[in-house]
Amino acid sequence: MTPPARTSAAGIPRALPQYGALVAVLLANWLLFPDFFTIRLQDGRLFGSLIDVLNRGAPVALLAIGMTMVIATRGVDLSVGAVMAISGAVAATMTGAGWGLAPVLATSLAAGLLCGLWNGLLVAVLRIQPIIATLILMVAGRGIAQLITEGQIVTFTSPGLAAVGSGSVLTVPMPVAITVAVLAVTGLLVRRTALGLMIEAVGVNRLSSAGAGVNTPVVLVAVYAWCGLCAAVAGLIVTADIRGADANNAGLWLELDAILAVVVGGTSLLGGRFGLVLSLVGALIIQAMNTGILLSGFKPEFNLIVKAVVLMIVLLLQSPALTLFLPRPGSPRSGSPHPRTPRPAEPPVKSGSVKSGGVKSGGIKPGAGA
Amino acid sequence: MTAPSPDASPPLLAIRGLSKAFLGVQALDGVDFTLHHGEVHALLGENGAGKSTLIKTLTGVYQRDAGLVALEGREIAPRSVDEAQRLHIGTVFQEVNLLPNLSVAENLFLGRQPTRFGFVDRRAMNRRARAVLVPYGLAIDVTAPLGRFSVATQQIIAIARAVDMSAKVLILDEPTASLDAQEVAVLFTVMRTLKARGIGIVFVTHFLDQVYAVCDRITVLRNGRLVGERRTAELPRLDLVAMMLGRELEEAAHRIELGPAGGDDRAPLARFRGYGKARSVEPFDLDIRPGEVVGLAGLLGSGRTETARLVFGMDRADRGEATVDGRPVRLRDPRTAIRLGFGFCPEDRKKEGIVGELSVRENIILALQARQGWLKPLPRRRQEEIADRFIRLLDIRTPDAERPIQLLSGGNQQKALLARWLATEPRLLILDEPTRGIDVGAHAEIIRLIERLCADGMALLVVSSELEEIAAYSRRVVVLRDRRHVAELRGEEVTVERIVAAIAAEPGAKEPGAKEPGATAPGATAPGGAPR
Repeated sequence: MTPPARTSAAGIPRALPQYGALVAVLLANWLLFPDFFTIRLQDGRLFGSLIDVLNRGAPVALLAIGMTMVIATRGVDLSVGAVMAISGAVAATMTGAGWGLAPVLATSLAAGLLCGLWNGLLVAVLRIQPIIATLILMVAGRGIAQLITEGQIVTFTSPGLAAVGSGSVLTVPMPVAITVAVLAVTGLLVRRTALGLMIEAVGVNRLSSAGAGVNTPVVLVAVYAWCGLCAAVAGLIVTADIRGADANNAGLWLELDAILAVVVGGTSLLGGRFGLVLSLVGALIIQAMNTGILLSGFKPEFNLIVKAVVLMIVLLLQSPALTLFLPRPGSPRSGSPHPRTPRPAEPPVKSGSVKSGGVKSGGIKPGAGA
Repeated sequence: MTAPSPDASPPLLAIRGLSKAFLGVQALDGVDFTLHHGEVHALLGENGAGKSTLIKTLTGVYQRDAGLVALEGREIAPRSVDEAQRLHIGTVFQEVNLLPNLSVAENLFLGRQPTRFGFVDRRAMNRRARAVLVPYGLAIDVTAPLGRFSVATQQIIAIARAVDMSAKVLILDEPTASLDAQEVAVLFTVMRTLKARGIGIVFVTHFLDQVYAVCDRITVLRNGRLVGERRTAELPRLDLVAMMLGRELEEAAHRIELGPAGGDDRAPLARFRGYGKARSVEPFDLDIRPGEVVGLAGLLGSGRTETARLVFGMDRADRGEATVDGRPVRLRDPRTAIRLGFGFCPEDRKKEGIVGELSVRENIILALQARQGWLKPLPRRRQEEIADRFIRLLDIRTPDAERPIQLLSGGNQQKALLARWLATEPRLLILDEPTRGIDVGAHAEIIRLIERLCADGMALLVVSSELEEIAAYSRRVVVLRDRRHVAELRGEEVTVERIVAAIAAEPGAKEPGAKEPGATAPGATAPGGAPR
């Protein structure tokens, strides 16, 4: 009785497209740039191209963590880029006004949480389609950020906040450390409680889940709130890194990278089974490509096209036509002791009902209107 | 209100020996159907009888395998709804198939808008739309979007559109399913007007009162076969229901001996008074005692499922009160009901029951886990214990507990859903069509299980179309008709024929209820009564 592997990175056959793609992209980078894997220690912090990939990939990775769970509930959050701008604007403005690090961080994170709660309210209680509900904040969020910064690019010099973007913990760059910490906390929250099960259940079938007593509105609100929080963390990192908040450009289009990372990681947009680690792999693939194209000296114009081609290959590898060989997370592994040909599931209502009616002579034939 | 009785003239529509199969399943098998000018003809039958297939074959959605369809003596074989409409066969479906965001006029003339210089002539269109609606007594703003009007008005607009497109045959497929009594009355007036104009109307409905109120003739289908065609005035209700359900009323009921389960003296577990929901179920009284099986019987659409859903809080009642253990409760949602110890296996397993992609184990523990809350996860080992125990106990056939439940057969999915509730040790289990779409073996097992659970002191509320089943395991049967609880049979009275008689009883007449042993439904009925 093999438990279905979820976040575990051990499920190599299942996650082959993701890990394969990551390795391939890294190797391509290495071919273009032989020093790619070289890591050196300088001033108590690791440096190198690979570290750079991790470091720069952190914001999208953070967004992907929150986005994974939103997508697992069959939703999507388009507002994360705008939420990044809001949290950055709050942090930079408050720091500029002389607030200490702790209240600045707390307020920025609270702003992100609030944004997430708003999205969750629209989706769970008012039952607005997620793509539309979060589009509202995607558009309005940047306006809010601009109001906070009063239309300026707000810069600051506080070393405390700057350390969030460029500091390091035990030689590991701060953004990477933060991402790992958020991943760990999220993993604990969803896999050590029953939240993960409920998120997946709501994503697969909201009606059935509600009928089984799952508090679907609370699950949905929680998921969007967490996504907002993750976006706020990402926004803090970006702002701290450049020591300034640019309400117009901070996190611009990153929601799309985050969705892409989740999908590349194998979580279906139709909701259900999700893999947090695989979403991070997806984020790393995207960032490794960005870095590689930059290092290769190609014109940045090629960036988007190369990215599109590689992503298409990864997604093709996951396409239903190939799932026989490479099942997506949660589906039975190809190595299962039982043959993959399933017992026939219940046939369409029509034939099923007539069949059942036929076996009971004199019984009233049930079934859908034939 | 007798039919013009044009038996001598050639029929408007004649169907002979119509057959249609899907994937080897014979949905229609040599069905005859005759519609005359100026007649309202009811097409009746339970689920799977073949009504929809007949209509869809007639309107070009399906192509027939065999048989003859002749309109005014000319053979026709429409290949699309459009073509059927050109052949003067108009259809109005239960869910109005018009475009709610377009104006009334646009809907009326969609695809045939009056044009001027190649452009739609809106003024002409709106003018004509107003004219078209006059005979229906609809003086509405034809430029307003259709969706702004009630379903009843939309139905009439759909009818107006079909008739205006020169329909001679008008098919109304359950038009009254979501209308209230007054709206039904308006619709009937329209139908009578059209009838007077010589249009033949095929009327599909689940409401017997409406059949007797407006129809001249009745054709009953069952399991894809023609059961018979009768004049409404010559067909007593009881006979009609017997035709629909397909049973001889003289047939002796074979009743399984029930164990010495709790009697009526026990305090009710759940008690409902004047409980109901507008447009769903009329207010009803219902007591459910521990250790008893209460059956809900009635035709399709009679309010059985709706009652079950109200009891579980799937739908919210808008009137009446409920008490559990003597304490008043508000059943706002399934979570409330589950906390009170209720469980519910819905009729539509796929849509509202299973969580398809998740494993059998996760499906089984879902309700228990949800009740415990997310902060108290059941340890993995405990989950496996529970799953394995129920897989053994209910003989759920699956290679292992980790298989996605959607890969199991219908019967095993149903057993897994039962397991989900049994794991919560419920006090009241509500089963809606627990044996539908299930093979014989599993069917018998589920019935045995129901009896065992009841013997263990659990209360069960079971909805089923299988009257023999219901009669076999129910201590009490509540009979529903037209969204109303019309009779309650108990003990020795619970027999198939008593249930059928109660379903068929004339409204207003004395219900063949518990207090009147031997009561039978009245014979021939006078048509023309009010719809409610």
